[in-house]
Amino acid sequence: MVAAGVDVFSDALRAQGVGVTDVEWRPPTIGLADDLTQLALDPRRAAANRVAVERVLASRSTLVDVRPATEVLGLTGRTLLHSGPPLTWETASGPMRGALIGACLFEGWADTPEAAEALLAAGGVELDSCHHHRAVGPMAGVTSPSMWMWCLADPTDGREAYSNLNEGLGKVLRMGAYGPEVIERLHWMTTVLGPVLQAAVRSRTEPLDVTGILAQMLQMGDEAHNRNRAGSLMTLRELSPSIVAVDAPKSDIAEVLRFIGGNEHFFLNLGMPSAKLAMDAVGSVPGSTMVTTLARNGTEFGIRTAGTGDRWFTAPANTPVGLFLGDYGPDDANPDIGDSAIMETYGIGGFCMAAAPAIVRFVGGTVPDALATTERMYQITLAESPALQVPILGFRGAPTGIDVLKVARTGWLPQINTGMAGRVAGTGQVGAGLVQPPAACFEQAVAALAEESRAALG
Amino acid sequence: MHVSLRSGVYADSVKLMQVSKAVGARDGVTAVLVAMATPLNLELAAGMGLDPGEEARPDQLLVALRAVDDAELAAAVTAVEVALTAREERGSADAVPARTVGFALAEEADTPLAVVSVPGPYAVAEAMDAVAAGRSVLVFSDGVPVEHEVALKAAAHEAGVLVMGPDCGTAIVGGVALGFANVVRRGPVGLVAASGTGAQQVSCLLDMAGVGVSHVLGTGGRDLSAAVGGRATLDALAMLDADDATERVLLVSKPPAPEVAEEVGRTAAGLSTPFSSAALSADSPDLTAAVEALLREMGTEVPVWPTRSGADREVPAGAVLKGFYSGGTLADEAMLVAAPALGDVRSNTPLRPELDLGADFGATGHVVVDFGDDALTVGRAHPMIDPTLRLEAVAGLAASGEPAVLLMDVVLGYGADPDPAGALVPAIRDLPFPVVVAVVGTEGDPQGWSRQADALAAAGAHVFASNSAATRFAVDLIGA
Repeated sequence: MVAAGVDVFSDALRAQGVGVTDVEWRPPTIGLADDLTQLALDPRRAAANRVAVERVLASRSTLVDVRPATEVLGLTGRTLLHSGPPLTWETASGPMRGALIGACLFEGWADTPEAAEALLAAGGVELDSCHHHRAVGPMAGVTSPSMWMWCLADPTDGREAYSNLNEGLGKVLRMGAYGPEVIERLHWMTTVLGPVLQAAVRSRTEPLDVTGILAQMLQMGDEAHNRNRAGSLMTLRELSPSIVAVDAPKSDIAEVLRFIGGNEHFFLNLGMPSAKLAMDAVGSVPGSTMVTTLARNGTEFGIRTAGTGDRWFTAPANTPVGLFLGDYGPDDANPDIGDSAIMETYGIGGFCMAAAPAIVRFVGGTVPDALATTERMYQITLAESPALQVPILGFRGAPTGIDVLKVARTGWLPQINTGMAGRVAGTGQVGAGLVQPPAACFEQAVAALAEESRAALG
Repeated sequence: MHVSLRSGVYADSVKLMQVSKAVGARDGVTAVLVAMATPLNLELAAGMGLDPGEEARPDQLLVALRAVDDAELAAAVTAVEVALTAREERGSADAVPARTVGFALAEEADTPLAVVSVPGPYAVAEAMDAVAAGRSVLVFSDGVPVEHEVALKAAAHEAGVLVMGPDCGTAIVGGVALGFANVVRRGPVGLVAASGTGAQQVSCLLDMAGVGVSHVLGTGGRDLSAAVGGRATLDALAMLDADDATERVLLVSKPPAPEVAEEVGRTAAGLSTPFSSAALSADSPDLTAAVEALLREMGTEVPVWPTRSGADREVPAGAVLKGFYSGGTLADEAMLVAAPALGDVRSNTPLRPELDLGADFGATGHVVVDFGDDALTVGRAHPMIDPTLRLEAVAGLAASGEPAVLLMDVVLGYGADPDPAGALVPAIRDLPFPVVVAVVGTEGDPQGWSRQADALAAAGAHVFASNSAATRFAVDLIGA
């Protein structure tokens, strides 16, 4: 038997020699009881969630092209995309402002950081979420028209998703740095890296199977969010033969290979749009309580669900807890930032912590903690991925499809692994660690889903 | 300041950041960087004024420290060594406990049934997990909105499973007692019970007559209301009809809503298994009589129900009936049996609205209080577990000096107080007026019918196995 609630029942059952599994039930702290019951009783829920998560599991991602954002997204004029839910210059955090300033300098819209700031403050640049353009970007996620983007496609239906190219570690635009070396690197990525990668990718006879690489990464100690070492190396191995055959100066080829090989997060910008592709496959599914987006803009955390479509539920972002580079400390860290939580939305990253025990040490945790984290995520998700498996758990599939209702009932928030940007614009990366969404996002989602449920059921 | 480069030592960046953090937390250490000597890390070191000042390769380990004095510095260097070689806890997780019924059931594929006793506002979500997993569920919780009960039972009907409850305290499924249930023999009679203590009285009397039960399926006290429409009762009747072990079906309940009674009657008439009803009403006020009728139909001899004689206390002049009950149906039965002889009986669960006692348990005149009523169990355990409220009422009655005959129930079995007589004995031993107790239970119960009855009789109480017999005895004492 399974028993939830007061002990006297299970005690009486045990006294009769009946085996009892006790549920460690806790009063839900997220959502009103009446709303949770409304969702639990909604007759559409089970089927809607099945449809939603099956769309995620059916999605495959292949690398089909590398092109400038102007071509891919049709970005024209002074438009910049950023990570997370929509924001304004006024509400943008330090690293987000730093990245926006850097992008204006890179595009030549301003000659100095001060001029860039004035331009942005005057509303001279249109801002929008990457997520609104089938795109995702790590950390600040700032994507400008001249930047080159990975183009990932689902071979079954041709849908695409995009991300810019990863710049490496340390002082980089996505962490809010905008010094000359940052802008110089962005120019090199536009004039050398992008075109070389485009020629290499286009020359392949078969598009790179990125979902396949993700599956292998989990068997090699990566969780594909904060640890991308195996994935980056496999990508380098796959692309190298095509890269060296590109008609470009040898020195450029060498620099491209050195750049890729020196960046253990190079793969992240391929993993993220692959996860985005899978979550975008869900679309709007009335009655479903599955999360389709977890994203942060450095000020707010935003979530979206299949049952409520494009609507964002936002709340002030938490600040990650973790380890710091050099003598940076907790006071230097900006609140949570980046679209990279799309990895957790897809069921990997923090959800597959058990596959990458090295990551849990970011907060002084242990290997058993890593295993327990993934075990908990099974209790807030709808399915196990047949493609992405965790070896140490007996090759159990990744916990996929976050269920708002289960999050509310268990009180266990999604576990996210993340980098940490300096809170002062221009600083760059200060560390890496673990973070959770604010409970308030889920409270709003529960209320909205319950409202939709009442309206739909009459 | 200590800055060194070491070859042939590798640790990954996470490990090294941990080491830096641990050593940096020492008092006396003012700066620390333990990292592989990559260009990025050398730049960080330079920024901290800890430049190694020599050509470094990325495969070398940079250990750079600054401390307040040499002793602290040396200790910090040692701490780096210790931290680099420290062994971590191995990988095996303690099982993460299930937080929901749904997850627990997914892990326990063979489990046929779930029991939910979480607070009412959250009970339906847990119960719905069981229904969605194709399992029957007993919901002990009360305080569930009626529209949620209806939706839950509709979903259960679709799924072909049974929701026992909400507010279902008693069931026996396949010989396993759930909630407040007694140790009774297995046998041919299947009970469908909208009333917990009613089902306990009936199953215990059957057991005393040597007749066992196949199942006791609870439905929740509200199931036979017009709003719920007897959904669980109808499903339970169908399940018992299909059950090979069940040869007789008996419905135990308070009076159903008329339209529901009609629907239940139609369904009962269509059963292939013989059906009888023990629905309490002014016309059929007696559960014991219903059991006796069933026994006769089955051709089984009706036994003499056990009793114990108590102290021969004088009945005070002008005595009134004070019924202090823990079982709701037993309280109803007492009122239905007593009212024809005594006239109106006031109660917190009255037979007619105008007899409502409110919260005035010390009111004079004929009074029956159900201490198990929902209104009295908010934030406290049921009186079958926690006798406090009832003991207070007994003490209050004694102090009031009102002439009375005290009638009580003691319900035995799983879930109940391990020694209810033990709690009552001091309260009734020295009362100046007669005490009559219905002990509902069996010899097989953990408390043992005879042990409890003997203890109460020794304290002066007249003890009966039948609640209606106890009530009649009390009424006869009053002599109305």
